Amino acid sequence: MRLLRMKPGHGEVLIAEGDVEVAEQEQELIAAFRAQLEQGMWAAVPIVASDGRRQAELVRAFEEVPRDAERVIFFPRAAGGG
Amino acid sequence: MLVALGACAVVAIVLTAEVAASAVKRSLVSWRVRVAAGRAEDIAAYDPGRERRAEQRARELLRSCVGDDDWAMYRDLGFLRVWGRAGSGMGAGHGVAPYAYLIYPHKPIVAYVPTSARLLSEYCVEFPDAERPFGSTRLPASDDVLAKWMALTGDEQRLIENANLHLAGRALDPHAVRADIAALARWDHERLQRRSTDAGSVPAP
Repeated sequence: MRLLRMKPGHGEVLIAEGDVEVAEQEQELIAAFRAQLEQGMWAAVPIVASDGRRQAELVRAFEEVPRDAERVIFFPRAAGGG
Repeated sequence: MLVALGACAVVAIVLTAEVAASAVKRSLVSWRVRVAAGRAEDIAAYDPGRERRAEQRARELLRSCVGDDDWAMYRDLGFLRVWGRAGSGMGAGHGVAPYAYLIYPHKPIVAYVPTSARLLSEYCVEFPDAERPFGSTRLPASDDVLAKWMALTGDEQRLIENANLHLAGRALDPHAVRADIAALARWDHERLQRRSTDAGSVPAP
């Protein structure tokens, strides 16, 4: 699983990468995940729905991330624009 | 005696002025050096290709997330359509969506009725990065589109609640948006035609 974060002037940045089935790596992923949420990021998991449609799942905790997810994408939380 | 004291005072004043002048001169030179160094740092920090590379990365990420059809739509038309789900039963995989959204980079999301092309509203939303890693809070254009797409498909209600709602036509020209909807209808039609043609074609022996 890879944790990616969108960045102005750069595009996505790799925050962390690891295997959720390896306890030590999972803990590192969880720590990195929480750190991003604490910085005010939203987290999304791109998925393919059962009907083949592409969509995303917004997750608020690492436990909500599907175990087989390949990546979680963090982006700044939405704010009302002008 | 008075003449001697006066002469001493004049000498002291002249010497003090000399010392002060040289100090001012040194400060001026030092300031000029600092300003020049600052300009050099600014020039070094400015990378004309950075935004282009960031956008290229963002396009690849968008492409990998939205799938071939939506990627082709964005590539060809410059925006994405997302079907609305609230109360339509689309979440359960059936029914016809009564409304849809157009996602433009760094512009409001437009809600409209696909069957009539009637514009419903504009949702002004941004994803500002408070860290300003390169002096800007703005994501690359395609990252902005992907953020809107993920938020809309992942939690439509949450995104709408965080957006500022305006009547259609406030920020985007309604004629231009209707032209985009018409272009999208033509694009959909041509794509369906191509698919049916491809499905009916017989491979060469």
